Amino acid sequence: MIHHSLNHLRIAVTGGTSGLGRGLVRELLERGARVAFVARHRPDVQRTMLDLPAAHGVVGDVSRKEDVHPIAIQILGALDGLDVLVNNASSLGPVPLRPLADTDCEDLERALATNLVGPFRLTKALLGSLAASARGGGRPMVVNISSDAAVTPYENWGAYGASKAALQHLSRIWDAELAGEGIRVLSIDPGDMDTPLHALAVPDADRSTLKHPETAAREIADQIALIAGTPNGVPYERQIVGAPDEDHRRAPFQGRHQETEVAR
Amino acid sequence: MNAATAPRQDGNRARLLAIDENGRVSHHRAADLPSLLQRGDLVVANDAATLPASLQGTHLPTDRPVEVRLAGRRSLAGHDVTRFTAVIFGAGDYRTPTEHRPDPPRLRPDDELALGPLRATAVRTLSHRRLVELQFNHPPAVVWEGIARHGRPIQYAYVPAPLAVWDTWTSIASQPVAFEPPSAGFVLDWATLRTLRSRGVEFATLTHAAGISSTGDAELDRLLPFDEPYYVPRPTAALIRHTMRRGGRIVAVGTTVVRALEHAARLPGWVLPGHGVATQRITTLSNLRVVDAIISGLHEAGSSHYELLRAFQDDPTLQEMTSQADARGYLAHEFGDVVFISRGRRMFSRRLTA
Repeated sequence: MIHHSLNHLRIAVTGGTSGLGRGLVRELLERGARVAFVARHRPDVQRTMLDLPAAHGVVGDVSRKEDVHPIAIQILGALDGLDVLVNNASSLGPVPLRPLADTDCEDLERALATNLVGPFRLTKALLGSLAASARGGGRPMVVNISSDAAVTPYENWGAYGASKAALQHLSRIWDAELAGEGIRVLSIDPGDMDTPLHALAVPDADRSTLKHPETAAREIADQIALIAGTPNGVPYERQIVGAPDEDHRRAPFQGRHQETEVAR
Repeated sequence: MNAATAPRQDGNRARLLAIDENGRVSHHRAADLPSLLQRGDLVVANDAATLPASLQGTHLPTDRPVEVRLAGRRSLAGHDVTRFTAVIFGAGDYRTPTEHRPDPPRLRPDDELALGPLRATAVRTLSHRRLVELQFNHPPAVVWEGIARHGRPIQYAYVPAPLAVWDTWTSIASQPVAFEPPSAGFVLDWATLRTLRSRGVEFATLTHAAGISSTGDAELDRLLPFDEPYYVPRPTAALIRHTMRRGGRIVAVGTTVVRALEHAARLPGWVLPGHGVATQRITTLSNLRVVDAIISGLHEAGSSHYELLRAFQDDPTLQEMTSQADARGYLAHEFGDVVFISRGRRMFSRRLTA
């Protein structure tokens, strides 16, 4: 098997200052990617940048319409383009968790804003850059972090589960629609992890039964490397010699249909 | 011609005036664009995203308000954002037509400006009292954050409602390096790109830092367009060569694409991939070496946009275009209708030979 490296890949991670997001930023940096991360609170962003000085921190809230383009501009300014977007920032909805019938409409709207509309807006703003990466010979992708709550109707997880289910379906449709552009859109369920978000949802959980976010980060980085990574770490443009023939230009999409199940 | 007064959210509703290589004018919908293209043609667009390049602030030595419009930069590199060419206006905003805007306070070398969270130095005035070399006194990340959060899109009085950044980004917008939208690109949405692909029409992009189109000062406007950095990706240069060899047409989406491609092909040989700075003006006397047709917005005679069209068709044909567009109520400017102009058979051309 060819070793797929993350060298030279430009990757943005939302929700990058805690839990899985922070683990991903660290893991992707260690594998040689150039990483920008986004989070709402400046002190958290500054703390993460002190720990991981190679990462570029952006302050912004993906659930706020007015923040999305400023976030995109700063990511693109820092990385000079983008190959991979990881929509990881998530909101549980109202905590403590409660039945849907006791959920305020505004709380459902807030969960949808963070878990569905925010990733949609940010992906749309960055789609031109991902398409440019594909035209340059790259294999760009969007990774939407999902949950088994998107599939299983867990009681009391209504706002979160419904928003993640919608995100998962959006990923499937977008993946089909963007096939011709050479952009993959995957939904990945990292499993139950020992993160601040999980502690908020299930305060009395037995933490020893939960996956470490570092483990989930490694698994997701493996998936990114498998699809978007470059064989032996050779930058894209150097792999393109002379006039691109049909085969060369279609290469990034080969195996698409066999691969779609990987993420689910 | 009337100007479009609102950002057009759905480019498919725009109208399209076509001029073929014999100078014949026909009328279409912009959504019909794919039907004007043939298998083997190559459409080249500018994928620059637009910076919110208007910064309100204060001229610190006099404590008077100014608006700074970033207008030019040496390169496209993300780290190279501390030095810009900028046009400075006095008090007010886009609601006042630029020709009625007051001058800024008299600028002396190294005057300091406060622009929201940013501090900048007007290092020196350039060839005109409103035109300065501006230096941001921050590291690049702080400049990016300041522009992204404090900046507003440059806009003109004929669009009354304030533009949001997303109004100024085309579907394919990628690197935020343009100072005004490469607006011909509004005609391309993802469905159109898919239709082009299904018809065997190729698509490629370059990135060109489109500069400002008007300063409200005739003297300064004569200097437009300023020098503009661009980048031609290697696959784009390869597709152009491939298309010309097979006899397909190179169709440029926007004047910036013409400017970049003709600059990249200025030396004997081919369109060179890589970075460059377009410095030339394209007018009726210019030889088009690469581009066979242009898709553009409608602009007034005399503007630098219109001047460039004179390299494609002779003046009587362009006058016919303007009078038909006027008669049918076409809308001008960046959110308006579009023209598809083929290079006339009689136009002087030293086309690169495959």
